[in-house]
Amino acid sequence: MKARLTIAAAILASVTIALGAQQAPPDRSVAPKPGPPDAVKLPAIQKRTLSNGLPVWIVELHKVPVAHVTLVTKAGAGSDPRGKYGLANLTAEMLDEGAGSRTALQIADAADYLGANLSTASGSDASYVDLQVPVARLAQALPIMADVALRPTFPEDELKRVREDLLTSIVEAEDDPETLIQFAFPRIVFGAQHRYGTMPFGTATTLKGFTVADLKQFHAANYVPSNSLLIVTGDVTADATIARLESTFGTWKGAPVQAASVSTAPQLTSRALYIVDKPGAAQTQIRIGWVGVPRSTPDYFALRVLNTILGEAFTSRLNQNLREEHGYAYGASSRFDMRGSAGPFYAAAGVQTDKTSESLTEFFKELENIRKPVPADEVEKAKNYLALLMPRNFETTGSMANSLAQMFVYNLPADYFQTYTQRVRAVTPTDVQRVAEKYIQPDKFAVVVVGDRKVIEPGIKALNLGPIRNVEIDEIMR
Amino acid sequence: MISARHRAAALVISVSVAAIAHAQSSPAPAPPKPASAAATPAPARTVALNVSFTQFTLPNGLHVILHEDHTVPLATVNVWYHVGSAREKPGRTGFAHLFEHLMFEGSGHVKEGEFDTLLEAAGATNNGSTETDRTNYYIDLPSNALELALFLESDRMGYLLDAMSPARVNGQRDVVKNERRQRYENAPYGMAQIEIDKMLYPEGHPYRWPTIGYMEDLTAASYEDVVEFFKKYYQPANASLVIAGDIDSATTRALVEKWFSDVKPGTEPVRPIDFPHAMLTGVQKKTMEDRVQLPRLYISWLTPSFYSPGDAELDVVSQILAGGKNSRLYKRLVYDLQIAQDVSAFQASSALGSQFQVVVTARPPAQGATPQSAIERIRGIVDEEIAKLQKEAPAQREFERAVNQIEASFLNRMESVGGFEGKGNQLNAYYTATGNPDYFNEDLSRYRALSALDISAAAAFWLPADQRVELVVEPMKGGEPGKDNR
Repeated sequence: MKARLTIAAAILASVTIALGAQQAPPDRSVAPKPGPPDAVKLPAIQKRTLSNGLPVWIVELHKVPVAHVTLVTKAGAGSDPRGKYGLANLTAEMLDEGAGSRTALQIADAADYLGANLSTASGSDASYVDLQVPVARLAQALPIMADVALRPTFPEDELKRVREDLLTSIVEAEDDPETLIQFAFPRIVFGAQHRYGTMPFGTATTLKGFTVADLKQFHAANYVPSNSLLIVTGDVTADATIARLESTFGTWKGAPVQAASVSTAPQLTSRALYIVDKPGAAQTQIRIGWVGVPRSTPDYFALRVLNTILGEAFTSRLNQNLREEHGYAYGASSRFDMRGSAGPFYAAAGVQTDKTSESLTEFFKELENIRKPVPADEVEKAKNYLALLMPRNFETTGSMANSLAQMFVYNLPADYFQTYTQRVRAVTPTDVQRVAEKYIQPDKFAVVVVGDRKVIEPGIKALNLGPIRNVEIDEIMR
Repeated sequence: MISARHRAAALVISVSVAAIAHAQSSPAPAPPKPASAAATPAPARTVALNVSFTQFTLPNGLHVILHEDHTVPLATVNVWYHVGSAREKPGRTGFAHLFEHLMFEGSGHVKEGEFDTLLEAAGATNNGSTETDRTNYYIDLPSNALELALFLESDRMGYLLDAMSPARVNGQRDVVKNERRQRYENAPYGMAQIEIDKMLYPEGHPYRWPTIGYMEDLTAASYEDVVEFFKKYYQPANASLVIAGDIDSATTRALVEKWFSDVKPGTEPVRPIDFPHAMLTGVQKKTMEDRVQLPRLYISWLTPSFYSPGDAELDVVSQILAGGKNSRLYKRLVYDLQIAQDVSAFQASSALGSQFQVVVTARPPAQGATPQSAIERIRGIVDEEIAKLQKEAPAQREFERAVNQIEASFLNRMESVGGFEGKGNQLNAYYTATGNPDYFNEDLSRYRALSALDISAAAAFWLPADQRVELVVEPMKGGEPGKDNR
């Protein structure tokens, strides 16, 4: 009986293959239309609080036996005192260089032995301690993470070593035009005084000034439960996790923190060009823009749609023009870097040296054009792209934790992801035009280029875009 | 070395490389793997990795692998063509990668620009990359749009030439030249690997030239080359297709049969590359100048191809030398002596053979010291540490630490489905190299089976001090940096 069934199944299978082979070619004259998108099952965030008031958000993801734990603290570069730019970053860098009873080497050995990836980082508005670990090792890894986040010892000799490492990175940055322009553009737009005019890790001068006392003070003042959130994602259950977190993070104490605020930088008022000389460079790095918007802008969704069209998606206008149409660049893009206060907006590309002025012309053509009404189908494509990409935020434990961290850092509403798609869909072509006119004003932009000056300057001059100033590397690095 | 279509992929460096074995694999569909087979009893240390799949082969030779993962409503369509820069003709280096770019420019029923436009409107992202032995493409998209991706993917597999023209070749030629300028010529140390490959591999060896190609060869590439290359290497039997994610296997199989069955089979099978194994007979040294301030030392050896004996051992060697603060080279050079800014060590595995590389960037030389003396000191310590590892097995904890890190990386890679690093691409990589898409456990078992003694034995056998290539990149003294003179 069983054998016969198997034979029948085999015959059926071969019939299927034969039919498959004979089937008429598909109609290729029309691209298949996607059906309605599946409803995204949004992750349930289980919100708890430890006895010391530290909030904990847990998302259970039972696909792979790993866990991701993030402690996010609302203190980043924006919390750096004036004259001490880079302190938040150095503090974060130093967390795992000695903590609790362990030395830097012991921390690394303990984490590596567990197959744990324990890392620390600092951004413009927050600092992060991240742990990615096989879930079977979570119980052993958590106390190490807690030591690193709560009880760093900031040893003097490790500070010296880490400082030297950062100082050398700054030397290396001078060699790389792509990195150099990341120093140059914000320095020119925001100036040396404003926090956003200096890289998050500070300058050689500020780095040399930091002491162990600075780090300890910054840590004590900012890394406190009332300023932090603990996120756990992965193959865990909430109840068991909470018990474990209570014993590792539950006794942490600290005084309340005064929220940091970075002043809004003065806006640029007229267009000017800045050249950083890189003799012999095969490409010119270009960044064009000014002061953009803070993350809290009410125009967030309209700007996301606008920027998708201008320079975020592969088919965006800048990439199509500079890469696909003209072949001047490997890629071109634009970005609103949104932070606690208004961060930079810029359009950017690396273009071949002998097409620098041609590329600038095309950049300005697109920056002017985007201010005109955008066809409805182009807006629709961008909205679909943004709305339908959203589920990717929830695929891995790490991306999930990061999405939740952003909600916390920028005080996004609890239903942010539930309403995300609908808010993207609500953007109209009129909204796009309004924000384009408001935030894209090419006649006031700073144009920063890093390239071979003697080759590119004559062509740039001939464009008559505005006054040209040569900028020394020292001016943007110090 | 990977050349990718656009920037998002520039950082991807660790994807396994394709083997030639595929061209010889039987066209008969392999039976689906029974679910129980995946539950191989795992060593006490940790869990088994289970990636269930079904597979079949179309009459035109296209091999198809399906894997369901319903975590989020997304799917990936991942295609490997078993051709890379190793197949290029003299005078046409960089062609496989240039061809990869042309795959996005439209096909018989897809107008220029439509490939990306249609996909973006459906919430999809896509990319492609080229290595020595394979070219891969992925489309990550909401699963409701799967059929659109199959239409596009099948159209360029079947009808690319209907839309090809010299103008399109010219357009992407310029883009690729700018990719070369950006990622190699204008990037600090960007030309080093190109130089190292020339020193490691003899004239005519398929790995001797860079995947990105030489500028003049990119200039020479023609429309006729595109036609020939497509007919020869882009036939369905020389490709494998993985669809993974939030899919229903039966429905997806029907859709694959619908869209890929009319792709014409090739006329001549692609034969394996037949080239004598490269060998080093002595030490080759070279110095090149670059627009950099810190000198850098590269030491490279020729090592066993992926999945062959010695390959896994050398991955562990690389961890012990440069994985983490306690690794031997990092601890001595960067942590204790602080004469280096960074150190890395890795086994870069490929089908025809691999290379093991140690890279150390020196700190700015102290007052009075020269770049040469700084590098000499570093070289001496690297040699000392490797000699020590060759003589004496690592301590048990040190060895386990390295294996545990590798093991955890396997788990972490199981989290995502799409892109160059997701399960979809890995299924294709494993299928290509071993014939078994679900080789995850077998791959991991290679590391679990090792002992500390194996590590010192592999270091002794594969990293001889007298058969290797050493390249030093020094700060430029003036004039132009080291040209790429072949």
